[in-house]
Amino acid sequence: MDFNDSPDEAAYRAEVRTWLDANAARRKDTAWTDEEDSSSMAASKAWQAKKAAAGYAQITWPKAWGGPGGTPIQQVIFNQEEANYDTPPNPFQIGLGMCVPTVMTFADDATKQRFVTPALKGEEIWCQLFSEPAGGSDVAAARTRAVKDGDEWVINGQKVWTTGAQFSDFGIVLVRTNVETPKHKGLTMFWLDMKSPGVEVKPIHQMSGGSGFNEVYFTDVRVKDSQRLGAVDDGWKVALVTLMNERLAVGGSTGAQYGDILKLAREVMGAAGPALKDDGFREKLAEWFVQTEGLKLTRFRTMTALSRGQTPGPESSIGKVIAAKQMQDLANEAVEMEDQYGILWDEGASPLKAAFQNSLMFAPGLRIAGGTDEILKNIIAERVLGLPGDIRVDKDVAFKDAPTGR
Amino acid sequence: MNFDYTDDQKFLKGEARKFLDARCTPAIVRGVLDHADRSYDEGLWKAVAEMGWLGAAIPEAHGGLGLGRIELCAIAEELGRVVAPIPFASTVYFVAEAVMLAGAEQQKSWVLPKIAAGELIGCFATAEGPGAVTPQSIRCEVKGGKLYGTKIPVTDGDCAHVAVVLANENGKPGLYFVNLGEGGVTRETLTTLDPTRGVAKLTFDGAGAWPLGPPGEGFTLMEQVFDRAAVYLAFEQVGGADRALEMAKSYALERYAFGRPIGGYQAIKHKLADMYVKNELARSNAYYGAWALATDAGELPLAASAARVAASDAFWFAAKENIQTHGGMGFTWEVDAHLYYRRSKQLGLVAGGAKVWKERLVSQLERRNAA
Ligand SMILES: Cc1cc2nc3c(=O)[nH]c(=O)nc-3n(C[C@H](O)[C@H](O)[C@H](O)COP(=O)(O)OP(=O)(O)OC[C@H]3O[C@@H](n4cnc5c(N)ncnc54)[C@H](O)[C@@H]3O)c2cc1C
Repeated sequence: MDFNDSPDEAAYRAEVRTWLDANAARRKDTAWTDEEDSSSMAASKAWQAKKAAAGYAQITWPKAWGGPGGTPIQQVIFNQEEANYDTPPNPFQIGLGMCVPTVMTFADDATKQRFVTPALKGEEIWCQLFSEPAGGSDVAAARTRAVKDGDEWVINGQKVWTTGAQFSDFGIVLVRTNVETPKHKGLTMFWLDMKSPGVEVKPIHQMSGGSGFNEVYFTDVRVKDSQRLGAVDDGWKVALVTLMNERLAVGGSTGAQYGDILKLAREVMGAAGPALKDDGFREKLAEWFVQTEGLKLTRFRTMTALSRGQTPGPESSIGKVIAAKQMQDLANEAVEMEDQYGILWDEGASPLKAAFQNSLMFAPGLRIAGGTDEILKNIIAERVLGLPGDIRVDKDVAFKDAPTGR
Repeated sequence: MNFDYTDDQKFLKGEARKFLDARCTPAIVRGVLDHADRSYDEGLWKAVAEMGWLGAAIPEAHGGLGLGRIELCAIAEELGRVVAPIPFASTVYFVAEAVMLAGAEQQKSWVLPKIAAGELIGCFATAEGPGAVTPQSIRCEVKGGKLYGTKIPVTDGDCAHVAVVLANENGKPGLYFVNLGEGGVTRETLTTLDPTRGVAKLTFDGAGAWPLGPPGEGFTLMEQVFDRAAVYLAFEQVGGADRALEMAKSYALERYAFGRPIGGYQAIKHKLADMYVKNELARSNAYYGAWALATDAGELPLAASAARVAASDAFWFAAKENIQTHGGMGFTWEVDAHLYYRRSKQLGLVAGGAKVWKERLVSQLERRNAA
């Protein structure tokens, strides 16, 4: 065990820093927003292209796929360093972290040749079309239907909460191909061109103000059988690969951080003296530090496992449970610390460009996206600890006979 | 001991609920939310004035209904339940109470009848920046009857006719009455976490200022006004928290995941049970505050602090966990859950945040133990 960089790692870090200094500006503020819009898209694509050209995009991907074939530790080092610079929002995470790896696992060579490199260079954006009105936690309850017609499939139905669908070129979509079998055994996965006739994307206005996610409607959308990922009715296995990658992709601390609230506490007076001198606050600050650093170090353990060729298991579910709750608690503490002034949500007037208010309004979404708090805790209890699951009434019945709400 | 509303008060509360269910629909609340230029709903404000609620606790001699403070608490609970988008709290809990507490007869007979009639909107201006309001945080100054300085944020400062302002004169804090329609006042509307309530920055440059209550006593007076307001606000918070729990419960019953209603999963059951427990404790603490307020009991500072601490926590918890219970739906603009999340912060901050009140609570305890 060694927390210091090895000589090789230190050299890599220095190289990364030199490259970042030459290509980006150091971050001054820790302002944080979740907004990703069409205006920032060009900048995001340009930054991704630069990283890809320099060998800093998807560092662990093999050379055959346009990556530099680096180690997981190098990826961690790059992420740590990049976080210190002002960079555009990253709309590639879902594609590169989840969709494209799924394509790489299940598609034929021609398909991989076609998609992997453009995604890596930021030329094409992907979205994940899993959740439906009938089920987000219970994503295997998907009802969107695909029916075979010769060499093609015809898709009808609706997806919801699809992040980035409005900017996406392609997506992976989980559809129902069999209603006679139990629900997990009648799903199939396809990749899909989002510009296909019959695909309609409608942005959803979210409570934090923006519209990061969408409803996606399918009306007689035709896909070729060659767009299928995995076997017919075996899409759940494919989805699990995506979801496992999701747990690796999400789960770092996000939003305003303990360092930000420390900065605020230095400047603000509480009812009984400087906020930073308040014992209750100091205890919370210590806890946030322990959580944040603990998460970071836990990820290092995951990376170490990865670099030894082991597959990280469901234990990576702890990341988001901690990060999302901390985001909400820390933002709330900061807003309370600002006292009456905390009600302002104004990038000009609010401390740290309203990073705390932005976090407060986005945190409820983070507690739900990519597996809710409750579902992630169930996963930890059942899959890590081996506790018995809830009694399931929908498991061994035909999908068409499973109980539903509406 | 009688620790519940009387039958008359229950009747009043029931009538208030019926009235607000009809008049303060989500569409009314969203009308203010979606229009940045609208500070409040004028139709609802007029209707509430016609019901006499603005003067519920104002004596008949000053144009009110003279019903009493517990009756006003009952109304507050119903207003909180529907996140009413009107300047009720600023006008009634803060300004009317400040005038009843500290005003000279002339001030009372000018202000109170106008408030009761719905002709006067008030605001209470204490904060000047981030952090708690303390004797040291006051920069606004009164010189020769004129007020100078800036108050930010001022809830309803964008639509109010009059303000009660905390300012120093000769280095000592006082409360001052300012007519915002006269010269020397600039207002700037600000964006907030809860756009269903208006907030402004008020800049005073020689605005006429009339002392409210004895000079030099301003900070103590402000605390007394906050104690009274805290009790009413606690009832609004309890009303909002109960509504959030109802929303969560009905969604938990109708939404299915894995072939069962989500309310059948213990994670959701325990979440809703936690909400219920917090809400009930908050309600009991609020009743104690109402009693102390109505009887002018010496315990008011302690009772008000307890009511506020419990209610702020209960509403925040219920509001955020109601969103969580709704899953992705809860994070949308379209579902009303976020209106309660926003309002829980608005009510939780408007009379000072939880830390300030916990400090006040404990210092009351220390004082009581020492005595
Ligand atoms: C910001 C954001 C971005 C998203 N992006 C995407 C995307 O790009 N692609 C995509 O496919 N989806 C996306 N989602 C959808 C997300 O995965 C779902 O919202 C989430 O899985 C919850 O599903 P649901 O909304 O149907 O809620 P439900 O599953 O209906 O959950 C409602 C409540 O019930 C609880 N619950 C459900 N089952 C259980 C159980 N067995 N035990 C205990 N509690 C339970 C949940 O925890 C929750 O509190 C996104 C969501 C958000 C908020």
